[in-house]
Amino acid sequence: MNGEGEKASSILLATTQQDHHIARMAALALGLSVLEAAIPSPLPGVKPGLANIVILIVLARYGWRTAAWVSLLRVVAGSLLLGNFLAPGFFLSLGGALCSLAILAESQHLPRRWFGPVTHSILAAFAHIAGQLLVVYWWLIPHAGIAYLIPIFAAAALVFGTVNGLIAAHYLSEPQITVGWAAPTMSGAARPTFDSGSSDLK
Amino acid sequence: MNMRLPIEHIKSGDWFTLLLGTLFAAFLAITLWQGGAADKAVIRSGGTIFREAPLSRDQIIEVPGPLGLSRIAIHNRQARIAADPSPRQYCVRQGWLKQAGEIAVCLPNQVSVELSGGNKRYDSLNY
Repeated sequence: MNGEGEKASSILLATTQQDHHIARMAALALGLSVLEAAIPSPLPGVKPGLANIVILIVLARYGWRTAAWVSLLRVVAGSLLLGNFLAPGFFLSLGGALCSLAILAESQHLPRRWFGPVTHSILAAFAHIAGQLLVVYWWLIPHAGIAYLIPIFAAAALVFGTVNGLIAAHYLSEPQITVGWAAPTMSGAARPTFDSGSSDLK
Repeated sequence: MNMRLPIEHIKSGDWFTLLLGTLFAAFLAITLWQGGAADKAVIRSGGTIFREAPLSRDQIIEVPGPLGLSRIAIHNRQARIAADPSPRQYCVRQGWLKQAGEIAVCLPNQVSVELSGGNKRYDSLNY
């Protein structure tokens, strides 16, 4: 401690409004993950993926990088919360998240007029199960017998991907009031914004 | 929050993706769930089972017989007799066995390999 005793040494992390915003979104996604963990699933790996609704909304409103932040934060913090950090389940989750983010990096360029969140959700869901199956095959169960499970996961990806996409689209079409921070415009200036009713996804 | 019909949110490109996804899932179900898929190769020498090898791992198995060594190759969930000391090489020329129930027999060396697992297409085959 300093001798005179006025200031204790401290470390200050400078956080921006964007950080707070991402943290809020990630917390929302986390809450959904924990909620979902309480739902029993018929087969390990078949789950509704409710947190992805948040990520789809973030992708549409704030872009891929923000969505990537929220997604990966959710994977890490979620695994800490649920108690399987660095366990196989964590790596499955991470593999799925990385693959679906990779697909979304490409699919986000699809014209918004024709492709909404439902498309991104379905594509991301298929990429997600593909990533998870690869982790399983290369690391956990290198047996071709897992091929028998692929159609089940594909059907789940299709169904839940569609449902999540619809839910995300519903929330995206709501009139939104964004308080505090909106994604920077092309010129790079972030500004507070009130959006009323435009379903035009930024 | 007004409840609109969820179908409204599906745009034309979304229907296309939905169709593609459904076709893809159906394709996966058909190809991966066909009953004829075999999961092991039963290798017999001199009428008794020499070994049952899973098709999940690529491997080469050498089977001794009265004429010498027959070599059975397992690759890509298929099996074939790769080499055999028989004079006419019928079993080698038969090529890859793919489905459950298929069998290749090397009569001179008394070696046979048969794929089993899933639904057998035929209960037995007589040549």
